Amino acid sequence: MSGSSSWSLATTGGSIGNSTGAVFVRAPTRFLSEFESKRRLASYGIQSVSERLVFSASEAEEAGRELGFPVVAKLCGEGIAHKTERGLVRLGLATPEMVRVAAEELLAKARPEDGETGVLLGEMVFGTRELIAGVVDDPQFGKCVMIGFGGIFAEVLADVSFRLLPLTRQDAIEMIDDLETQAVLEDFRGEPPVNREKLVDILLGLSSFAEADESIVSVDVNPLIISQGIPIAVDALLEVRA
Amino acid sequence: MNKTAAILASSERFNALFSPEGIAVIGVNSHPAKFGFVAAHNILRHDYCGRVFLVKRDSGELLGEKCLESVDDIPDGAVDLAFICTPAAANPDILRSCAAKGVKAAFVVSAGYGEAGPEGREAQAELVKLCEELGILLAGPNGQGLVSPPVGLCAQIVAPMPLPGNIGVVSQSGNLVSSFMNLVEGTGIGISRGISAGNCAALGVADYLEYFAQDPETAVSLAYLEGLPDGRTFFDRAKKASRVQPLVLLKGGVTSGGAKAAASHTGSLASNDRIFHGMCRQAGISRVADVEEAVDTASAFSVLPLPRGRNVFVLTTAGGWGVLTADRISRSRDLSLMDIPPDIMAGFDAKLPSRWSRSNPADLAGGETRDTLPECLELVVAHPEVHAVVLLGLGIQSNQAHLAREGKFYPDNGLERICKYHERQDMRYADAVVDLMSAYDKPVLVATELAAVQPDNPGPARLRACGVPCFSTSHRAVTALEHLARYAKYRETRGI
Repeated sequence: MSGSSSWSLATTGGSIGNSTGAVFVRAPTRFLSEFESKRRLASYGIQSVSERLVFSASEAEEAGRELGFPVVAKLCGEGIAHKTERGLVRLGLATPEMVRVAAEELLAKARPEDGETGVLLGEMVFGTRELIAGVVDDPQFGKCVMIGFGGIFAEVLADVSFRLLPLTRQDAIEMIDDLETQAVLEDFRGEPPVNREKLVDILLGLSSFAEADESIVSVDVNPLIISQGIPIAVDALLEVRA
Repeated sequence: MNKTAAILASSERFNALFSPEGIAVIGVNSHPAKFGFVAAHNILRHDYCGRVFLVKRDSGELLGEKCLESVDDIPDGAVDLAFICTPAAANPDILRSCAAKGVKAAFVVSAGYGEAGPEGREAQAELVKLCEELGILLAGPNGQGLVSPPVGLCAQIVAPMPLPGNIGVVSQSGNLVSSFMNLVEGTGIGISRGISAGNCAALGVADYLEYFAQDPETAVSLAYLEGLPDGRTFFDRAKKASRVQPLVLLKGGVTSGGAKAAASHTGSLASNDRIFHGMCRQAGISRVADVEEAVDTASAFSVLPLPRGRNVFVLTTAGGWGVLTADRISRSRDLSLMDIPPDIMAGFDAKLPSRWSRSNPADLAGGETRDTLPECLELVVAHPEVHAVVLLGLGIQSNQAHLAREGKFYPDNGLERICKYHERQDMRYADAVVDLMSAYDKPVLVATELAAVQPDNPGPARLRACGVPCFSTSHRAVTALEHLARYAKYRETRGI
């Protein structure tokens, strides 16, 4: 489990190149913090973990006790788009002491360009399967919802599928069916099959969310960890027009 | 396409393009290698049912027809389609004269437009604007022409002229229109309309697809596409068109190498292939991977009923082909190799020696007598749980007859009689396929390599004569069937 794998939809910044080498210059964009991104997605039925945003090591300890150990700690701020690469994710914090140390270290890593920062503490989610879901704004087809396999093989397998906004329930069902590696969605290493209904709901939620807000440029729910068959948005990043 | 063009693109306008009362070829040339000769020749050599006027700068005669010196000499209202082969610079004046004569549509063959740098693009924009002002529906420019077999019109600078049928073809590459029609030719399948969209200056692929959807002659659309100026609009329009009829689409430029070639070819941008693929699924488009699959799939849609489910039964007199076909169907996400229903099993047991395979695929194992195959086929096609049938082995008996006929022992030793029997049998099998398919409204896909390598073989030849496709391999047949099943499911799940 990680904050974000290297396969990201939201790393394109201000422009997207396509296969002809043409570059579409776009209006400047900015990223919302993980906390804010998840908060907005939650109102469209995209379920995340229980979380607390705190601003000091002592608050972090207390929040850890409330959530129940183990927890995950991440540095959270508007300008932070690549947590894993910067070492801003701490997993498996099992004691108040571990939480306190992690919070201190993370806060010390904050850079001025990260904006206002805090530590986001969340329940640790266990699951061997990682998916990725999101929204992209394609230069030719406009906004599209995406679903695919995440994790370390995400880029090499590139098992992803897209549909244009707005999605119907049938479109969402079929885009999941279009994924090549269907076996991973079935019973897998002692875990139950992926709850496809919940996955469909997430895709429909992304579609409604992106349709409702013109300023959304991209959405990256990554990873979407499958925990006992239920997809849970462990990290999310919204890119909006600046 | 802009809004004005959308208004112009009404059915009536398209009738001027595909069912004109009269056509004028402008820029006729007496040199047989010039476009202006070839176009006139191709129109005159076929049985176009309207009037033809040839406009040639120095008048005179061509192919026995008297040429007019100018568009002004055409009788008022006699022509609704102008086929223009003149240099780009001459076209504005010609189009104005055409409009004065009541011309409603123009196919512009001339190059030197959007594909030819900034000046060409400017000339193209002016051409579009002028045609809008004149009320002329503009096809092309830089296209190879159009065919409309139902009215005998072959207004193109490439071959062939296909049989009349129900497949409408549109392509951003003129050569591929020709290739699609070449591949369809000789299969017994026909074409309703075919057009090389050229630079798509005013009319784009989506416009033609919309027209095909409302054209009573067209039941299936087949399109070749390289790039789209506005993907989102294409999606919305194609989705509407695919509700009416199947839409088979071949996309070029899906790799970066192909996209580079396509970008320089049509001046359009190629799009991310995965998004394109998702768009096709969402719009109900049958996206195909290559030219053969395009033609197989369009042919299948053209003639075969849609399956009402995913269960496929394979009937074979050729064992290995049955196994390969079973493998292919088992790998399919859209089809199921069904278990043999007990009543089919019992029916076959009663008709065949015990060595038959007793499973699906049903390999008759050479145990058939005169009527076995048609009877077994009917048991299968009639069965309510069977949604589609693949028949393998047609033509094998006639191939044996062919070998005997060519040999030194023919016609003695009873060979003449047995050859005739074999050939009659294959024709009966073909007839059974045609009759049962229509009686039970269920697709039967026949595959044999003999369709390709031995076109005169009475099995495939009989099917062809009945206008029913005979695929050259079972793999190709099953791929086409997958498209049928997917489209049927698309319609069903959306309540269409």
